[in-house]
Amino acid sequence: MPIFWLITGVLAIACIGYVLGHRRAMASAGGNLRRLHSLPSYYGLNVVLKSIVPALGLTILWLLLQPIFVSNAVSGMIPDNEIPFGSSRGLVMTEVVRTAKGLNQAVAAGEITEATAQNRNTSVDDLTDALKSAGAVVTSTLTAPVMTAAQAYREVSRKGYLGMSALVLLVATVGALWALRETHPDFRARNVVEQGIRALLIGAASIAVLTTLGIVLSLIFNTVEFFRLYPASDFFFGLEWAPSFSGRGGASQLGVIPLLWGTFYISIVALVVAVPVGLFAAIYLSEYATPTTRAIAKPLLEILAGIPTIVYGLFALLTVGPLLVSVFGAGGALGVNWQGGGRAVMTAGLVMGIMLIPFVSSLSDDIINAVPQALRDGSYGLGATQSETIKQVVLPAALPGIVGAILLAASRAIGETMIVVLGAGAAARLDLNPFEAMTTVTAKIVSQLTGDSDFASPEALVAFALGMTLFVLTLILNVVALYIVRTYREQYD
Amino acid sequence: MSEASTNNPAHAPKTSLLASDARTKRRETAEKRFRMYGIAAIAVGLFFLIVLAVTIVRSGLPAFTSAVVDIEFTLTEVQFDEAEGTVFKTKAYQGFFNAALAERLQAADFDVAFDEKAIERLLGKTGGTIREFFRANPDKLGEPVSFELPASSRVDGYFKGRVTRDTLVDSRFLQVSDLDIVDAMVDAGVIKTVFNWNFVTGADTGVDNPGGAGIGASVIGSFFMMLVVLVLSLPIGVAASIYLEEFAPQNRFTDLIEVNISNLAAVPSIVFGILGLAVFIQFMHLPQSAPLVGGLVLTLMTLPTIIISTRASLKAVPPSIREAALGVGASKMQTVFHHVLPLAMPGILTGTIIGLAQALGETAPLLLIGMVGFVARGYPDGVVSGFLDPNSAMPAQIYTWAARADAGFYEKAWGGIIILLLFLLAMNILAIILRRRFERRW
Amino acid sequence: MNDMRLLQRTQGMNDIKIQANGVDVFYADNHAIKDVSVEIEDKTVTAFIGPSGCGKSTFLRCLNRMNDTIDICKVTGDILLDGEDIYDPKVDPVQLRAKVGMVFQKPNPFPKSIYDNVAYGPRIHGLAKNKAELDEIIEKSLRRGAIWDEVKDRLKQPGTGLSGGQQQRLCIARAIATEPEVLLMDEPCSALDPIATAQVEELIDELKQNYSVVIVTHSMQQAARVSQKTAFFHLGSLVEYGETGKIFTNPEDSRTESYITGRIG
Repeated sequence: MPIFWLITGVLAIACIGYVLGHRRAMASAGGNLRRLHSLPSYYGLNVVLKSIVPALGLTILWLLLQPIFVSNAVSGMIPDNEIPFGSSRGLVMTEVVRTAKGLNQAVAAGEITEATAQNRNTSVDDLTDALKSAGAVVTSTLTAPVMTAAQAYREVSRKGYLGMSALVLLVATVGALWALRETHPDFRARNVVEQGIRALLIGAASIAVLTTLGIVLSLIFNTVEFFRLYPASDFFFGLEWAPSFSGRGGASQLGVIPLLWGTFYISIVALVVAVPVGLFAAIYLSEYATPTTRAIAKPLLEILAGIPTIVYGLFALLTVGPLLVSVFGAGGALGVNWQGGGRAVMTAGLVMGIMLIPFVSSLSDDIINAVPQALRDGSYGLGATQSETIKQVVLPAALPGIVGAILLAASRAIGETMIVVLGAGAAARLDLNPFEAMTTVTAKIVSQLTGDSDFASPEALVAFALGMTLFVLTLILNVVALYIVRTYREQYD
Repeated sequence: MSEASTNNPAHAPKTSLLASDARTKRRETAEKRFRMYGIAAIAVGLFFLIVLAVTIVRSGLPAFTSAVVDIEFTLTEVQFDEAEGTVFKTKAYQGFFNAALAERLQAADFDVAFDEKAIERLLGKTGGTIREFFRANPDKLGEPVSFELPASSRVDGYFKGRVTRDTLVDSRFLQVSDLDIVDAMVDAGVIKTVFNWNFVTGADTGVDNPGGAGIGASVIGSFFMMLVVLVLSLPIGVAASIYLEEFAPQNRFTDLIEVNISNLAAVPSIVFGILGLAVFIQFMHLPQSAPLVGGLVLTLMTLPTIIISTRASLKAVPPSIREAALGVGASKMQTVFHHVLPLAMPGILTGTIIGLAQALGETAPLLLIGMVGFVARGYPDGVVSGFLDPNSAMPAQIYTWAARADAGFYEKAWGGIIILLLFLLAMNILAIILRRRFERRW
Repeated sequence: MNDMRLLQRTQGMNDIKIQANGVDVFYADNHAIKDVSVEIEDKTVTAFIGPSGCGKSTFLRCLNRMNDTIDICKVTGDILLDGEDIYDPKVDPVQLRAKVGMVFQKPNPFPKSIYDNVAYGPRIHGLAKNKAELDEIIEKSLRRGAIWDEVKDRLKQPGTGLSGGQQQRLCIARAIATEPEVLLMDEPCSALDPIATAQVEELIDELKQNYSVVIVTHSMQQAARVSQKTAFFHLGSLVEYGETGKIFTNPEDSRTESYITGRIG
């Protein structure tokens, strides 16, 4: 683990730097603390910051960029005729990287010596055998150019890591020395250190922006790639979802409409369950319940929100689905043959509704509590009953907030994955029967990206277009909902 | 004004307060009805909670027990040498074992016909275990030794009621006639259920052996992931919150960050999975299925939650504390780090633990970075490989089991949920204790 | 009892509308009102005065059982409206509050249109058989609330858009619309500017021709201007009750005198 030792080294330099900075500051002030601008520890911290921050920043940057440079350097070694039909240079490069890792594994396992692994004259068969006995995952027929490229890949990577280690340690040392040189009594160490810490704080806060940027960029790049392989109009307006399973075939129908329909249908069922129950629970808890009832019932309801979605998924698949079939299925309690299998819109929607009850109720509870007591008093003072007050004064006043809460719940429902993956089924269908199995955007993202198809095929890339659709939909819902809720809150603040 | 005063109020005919009129009665009924709706809504919610809890416990508890055949038998040195001399060594041991079992059943007056194949269907190949034991402990030869051998998963299912005589279809795994032997063994007291330690500590098995599957390895996977999440999200979250709450000027950049955080908190978790796949695996070439990658994705997902709760804790520290510190000449940075942050720490930790608990139960992003479909067959070897070697995580393992065809795995999935929920419960209790113990009311 | 009535009759006074006997109010362990007995007359403005926290508002809220909405509040003693005990278990507070209306310290129009604000009471109590009747009630109430001319052209606009004084008069109109017999006002002018206060005070004076009005105020000048009877509360007890003129010029109790002259409170 060279990175581990590298970081330890940088930390060691920083520690030594701290002690030296501290001492140097004291010495420069002749031992008189009052002559220093800042406390001596700030001089030490100045050294630490100036050695660690550039060094670790360089490390991270290098680690990010090195694979790209190495891949570019090595991919030129593979002649075009070595790329099999239907494959791409990128896929072959994945093979090369995997082989290179396998070689590392083989060396670590003692199957071959480092020298043999590096020697370009070692026969491909010998190396393949060594890889296999080391348990590395490689294809059976490794070609000579791939093996050579893998060896080159290792070579360049190793040099790169060596260069990085040297450079990083140098940067750390130079930084420490520079900071030590600055150390004299009039140096405003505290201000400099605080500026540095402030910059770090800003950096931490920017991670939220970077995350969004990362999401947007990774979605956009892959979506654009997908639309190059598959027409956008067919995606947005296609009424059929039928990916070919070969992974490489071009005969896939990838229309998003059936998936959106399934998503909306399930979400609507979920909201039909969650909104009345959640809203009435919130009304009861905030307007009627005694403090004791509230103290017991509210946390109990909120347990439902803390349960992981995988649990709800399993509940849908193994409990609710079979139960619904026994009621609505062939030979069921109602004698109607509506439901064929356990996985259905109803199954997923019902369970998702249960999951959303506490979400709706705690948001609505907050919002109802924000309605000023003066309005209630005004209504009671006119001789209204409690329910009349709630229906005609409190709820209308809270309406914008409640709409916002429902939109947030809808966004949750649309983005929910595990319940639909396990409870809704896999077949994309445009149907009105809620007891029919349908599938959703999220369920298809999972199935398209966890299958065996390679990342360059439209069947896999469509997942990013689906992700983009999902992201945009939920983003709109969230922005609108948050805006409504915020304006609502400000109204009564 | 004069118009108003001339207009005498048309008082309704005097009514007594003590007798309510029809309209009031109607309104009272409406009031009661409305109240009932509220009670019904809460009852529905609690009903679902109870159904869920009962389902989990009832379906999951069997995963913690397993049927074992407990047999005491003696292997003489002669028999040992004889077995070691044959070609199919384990087969010989199996023969000895079967003989002992037959003798035991006959001694208990049972006359059930069975052949070796039937025993193999019930117990799997027993010879290997016995041979290994005696090779390791040659001094035990000639003494009575008691063996606890796990029954096959369908026999286990028969014990737990998952497999019945009516539902069982004869196959190479188990035949209806074998169940007679099982019944005989039950009456002879040879077979019993014991606590299944292997489920708690073991690793996953292949698709054909639900009986041996355990969740232990994925608990370790989850542990390493949570370690990554904690180490990254706590400092970054606290730093970001301090900046936004204490230092950030009112400008467009701050607004941008704020909007981003509140939106990220509501972005579906699967989108974070896509991010992890595209950035960490495709772009940065980090290994698939590694707890490190899972931890990074979950960190990004948890950060908004932690930032939001941390900011609330910082906001709860009254400004008078800040003014007091600034008043004695502390810098803004010193004020925050010496006074505000320590006072807000209990709240921050509570929020972090709750964020971690959320991350622990999150499944969807893990599916995309390859933490399913992979069979976690063993424990990671050392700390570094704990972060980098492929492993599963608890929720991903549960999903893997739920997606398998063999119903024997469903029991394991429910059992896994019990373990997962126990962890979540422990974390939430810790958070509550922290809040109770250190909460300050200003 | 009979003597008392006789006495008041001879003074040329109105009928007794509300009679309170030995009322005590507890907030959890806090004894907020101590043994208060008072008689409130019909077609009269009665003012409750006293320093902050003396219990005058609490007592006012007992008169239409607004304290019921506070869980920890407990009321003992008798309060009779037209001779009927309003704390009798058979009494529905909803019916009571239709007879004893209330106007609050801060104007609290509902976030609805001006029309719907005033129509709220008549609708829930079923006072109008049809739209025309409802329109009539609303116009009448707004006129009597002395705000008709200001809002008649914008009845469909939200009540929250009015100025503070207009809002308070709207709230008074809203309270009148249910045709109560008693109108309770809890410091109705404390959130208003002097001009709005003058308008509301003028309105109160008009209202006394038809209603029994009870007003809580912290302003002695206001009490002197609008009321015929004044009750002085101090530390939860009713110290003195009588003709406004007498209380302000010739109080019997030394505490009343101290308060009037500004030495306490």
